[in-house]
Amino acid sequence: MMFQARFHGRGGQGVVTAAEMLSVAAFLEGKHAQAFPSFGSERMGAPVVSFCRISEREIRLREPVLDPDVLIIQDATLLHSVDLFSGLKADGRVLINSPREASHLGIDEVIEKLPKGHVLTVPASELALKHIRRPLPNAVMLGGLAAIGGVVKIDSVIAAIRQAFPGAIGDANVAAATEAFEVVSAEQKEAVAC
Amino acid sequence: MLKQTEGSHAVAEAVALCRPEVICAYPITPQTHIVEGLGELVKSGQLQNCEYINVESEFAALSVAIGASAAGARAYTATSSQGLLFMAEAVYNASGLGLPIVMTLGNRAIGAPINIWNDHSDAMALRDAGWIQLFAETNQEAVDLHIQAFRLAEILSCPVMVCVDGFILTHAVERIDVPEQAEVDAFLPAYEPIQVLDPKDPVSIGAMVGPEAFMEVRYLEHHKQMRALDLIPELAAEFKAMFGRESGGLVRPYRLEDAETVVVAMGSVNGTIKDVIDDRRAEGDKVGALSICSFRPFPLEEVRAHLLGVRRIVVLEKSLAVGLGGVLASHVRMALRGRAQLVYTLIAGLGGRPILKKSLSAFLSKVETEPHADVHFLDLKNDVVERELVRASQQRRSGPTAENVLKHIGSPMAGLV
Amino acid sequence: MNIVKFYQKGTYTVGNRLVSEAERTTQSSPERTNSITCGHRACQGCGEALGARYAIDSAMKATDNQLIAVNATGCLEVFTTPYPETSWQIPWIHSLFGNAAAVATGVAAAQRVRGHANVRVIAQGGDGGTTDIGFGCLSGMFERNDDVLYICYDNQAYMNTGVQRSSATPPTARTATTPSLGPEPGNVFGTGKNVPLIAMAHNIPYVATAAVADLRDLEAKVTKAMSIHGARYIHILVPCPLGWGSAAHDTVRVARLAVESGIFPLFEAEHGVVTHSTAIRRRVPVDDYLLPQRRFAHLFKNGKPVDGRVARLQAMADENIRRYNLLRDEESDR
Repeated sequence: MMFQARFHGRGGQGVVTAAEMLSVAAFLEGKHAQAFPSFGSERMGAPVVSFCRISEREIRLREPVLDPDVLIIQDATLLHSVDLFSGLKADGRVLINSPREASHLGIDEVIEKLPKGHVLTVPASELALKHIRRPLPNAVMLGGLAAIGGVVKIDSVIAAIRQAFPGAIGDANVAAATEAFEVVSAEQKEAVAC
Repeated sequence: MLKQTEGSHAVAEAVALCRPEVICAYPITPQTHIVEGLGELVKSGQLQNCEYINVESEFAALSVAIGASAAGARAYTATSSQGLLFMAEAVYNASGLGLPIVMTLGNRAIGAPINIWNDHSDAMALRDAGWIQLFAETNQEAVDLHIQAFRLAEILSCPVMVCVDGFILTHAVERIDVPEQAEVDAFLPAYEPIQVLDPKDPVSIGAMVGPEAFMEVRYLEHHKQMRALDLIPELAAEFKAMFGRESGGLVRPYRLEDAETVVVAMGSVNGTIKDVIDDRRAEGDKVGALSICSFRPFPLEEVRAHLLGVRRIVVLEKSLAVGLGGVLASHVRMALRGRAQLVYTLIAGLGGRPILKKSLSAFLSKVETEPHADVHFLDLKNDVVERELVRASQQRRSGPTAENVLKHIGSPMAGLV
Repeated sequence: MNIVKFYQKGTYTVGNRLVSEAERTTQSSPERTNSITCGHRACQGCGEALGARYAIDSAMKATDNQLIAVNATGCLEVFTTPYPETSWQIPWIHSLFGNAAAVATGVAAAQRVRGHANVRVIAQGGDGGTTDIGFGCLSGMFERNDDVLYICYDNQAYMNTGVQRSSATPPTARTATTPSLGPEPGNVFGTGKNVPLIAMAHNIPYVATAAVADLRDLEAKVTKAMSIHGARYIHILVPCPLGWGSAAHDTVRVARLAVESGIFPLFEAEHGVVTHSTAIRRRVPVDDYLLPQRRFAHLFKNGKPVDGRVARLQAMADENIRRYNLLRDEESDR
């Protein structure tokens, strides 16, 4: 089985690095992984897409991720400007960077189509500001991702973050990602309980 | 060492393992990460005894490499697209002088309209420039081909271009085994030039050659490439024996047994093709694939042998010979001369248009009904083309074509995902 | 240097025998290397062949024969190397028209990396290969301060291809692409580029101009250039009898008239600052320089200027004289 993730964000938010870190986390678990950018404009603020595939076998496919298992949306302002949800699998999951609950984001149509608890939010920018003192949500979102779907373990995510950001910045990112992992784990429990 | 890393970075590491002595760098997307990676390795002292020169153009990049190579140094540069065309004159010169320079080509479309994304137009534009052209199917192969390329170039004293699909490979982060220095040293001996600018033994290199000798000099260049047809598989076998994996060679067959339809292609798209072949084989369709690694020299005999008995051949190519159709397809037809096999040209992925499994599979279904057309364009937006043709026919000053087509299509994001 | 004011009869040059042995030219020495041997195919009276011979032999002497030469496409390349005969007795490479400076950069880099620091590199080209098509590579080599001496043999047009205009062609000169026709015959005023000044703007360690009129000066400048590391540039005026329409035996004389009229100032500059200019010994009007050349024939009728264009050329010469302080008492230099 191949797992496919698609990251949406804006130039400067580390969208490409996020997909790369996820692939490293999978690699550390002995899996094959392929991360690549959408090769679009690299200008600050422009919409950016990146992709990550994870599999137990060698990944040969070179097309963009058209039918993702997970969408990671690093910038909620994109929700209504780009068709983010294109191709999302019927039982797919969505993780959005927002301090608000998913039901307050005007995407009820998407939420209704997916199984319960499959659209979650995490205040990644806020957590980043708190721990890293910069609104860089990418590593934080991966902490949240580790909490859903069993894609990669949080320990692997932490190791991948440390590879990408050594030293104090790495520590801060790890702290933020760990908190995001806890926030999303709690959210999931809540969603299942309801 | 097995690592999860970016293709460009792995290529930079592989080039560094080959101990280049002069590296010329000029930025062009999508080749930049390779020369940046090498710059880092030189500046940090990891790659020693190497001159890293930031030049003012691609023309200068290859010219500096020419000077360095003629003076006995192992020389390397990398480019893409417009950069290759800007250095075109020097590309012919390097091969004409018989200088074993290795160059990475991060394959990218050629403008106008300006486009930074992947296709093979750049490599095809200079296919007859006398360089050996090897196409990497994966980033692992990109790494391995560079190590083989220096060896091949220096045995023959002929430049080698390693073609790596821009973005699709150069910017992909994957599991790559980057060899150890000792392994590479064992495979690649120090550069021993056949000609060198040396005050102790002066020679003139690059003299004018008239009609009385030019044909012979050119023929000997061709002869080198004919020798390469033997050498490339030999080096690939030696590489496999030493590094334990298949990389390089002339062609690579995939599930050709009993195949009625075979897809022929170069570069990274072979990965997608193999997935399509597996899917269709699972449904009982007799399909296979043939990946061409060495485009120059072109392995006519190997292609002919592998396609024996195949009913139809789909040549998928990422470049368009405007006014003809396919470059690779015409090569395949030459390989099949005298045989009544159907060859279809499938132009795909121009300017980075994603080559989708479902589109390719649909085309293979279509081709089994044996359409008459020879040249097909995968996922061409016919409606857009039609609209522009009609619009342009209605007014003389119809304006710039590219901008008009963009207006018809609307949001650029539509093409990305 | 011992200033000798004795002019040889008719030629106004100072003979070698009048200076001390140490100051005599490389060419006067039996030890000269003959880097470019005779038997090459240059035209009679070729200024470039003369200039290159003097320049390279001096560079050879200065480097103890540890020299590699890079050549742009052009007359010098063509007349010295019809295959398989070559006039070059030193390691020599020709790559393309516009890349000599870059190829030289590569050769120099290879010497450094291969531990041959004593082996030095010169690049050479004509004015077309230097000021036009090779300009990008030249500027890049200067900017990086690569250890290359670039010599431009300036004969003021594309002579190899049959006398077409270059950016070194002077105003009014007739070439195949600036014919002496119409209201503005020949090359127009207000065009062209001064590459020695542009070289200086790169702040490179050494820039000089020279002419085949004063070969001792040319040799001294090449020798000095080879004593310096980094990017260096020498721009040598080399008359072309074919392109200029001058007599083959007048090459040295025409070059001298260019210098003595002020049309072609001789100077040296270090790190962007002019450090020395060669004073004019016997000033001549530009007419004297222009009249022996058929490319300027349309400026005169019966030896008299037909319009104000000669005066404009004189004004250019006057400006050079002022700018480089070319009319001064040589004793004051001491």
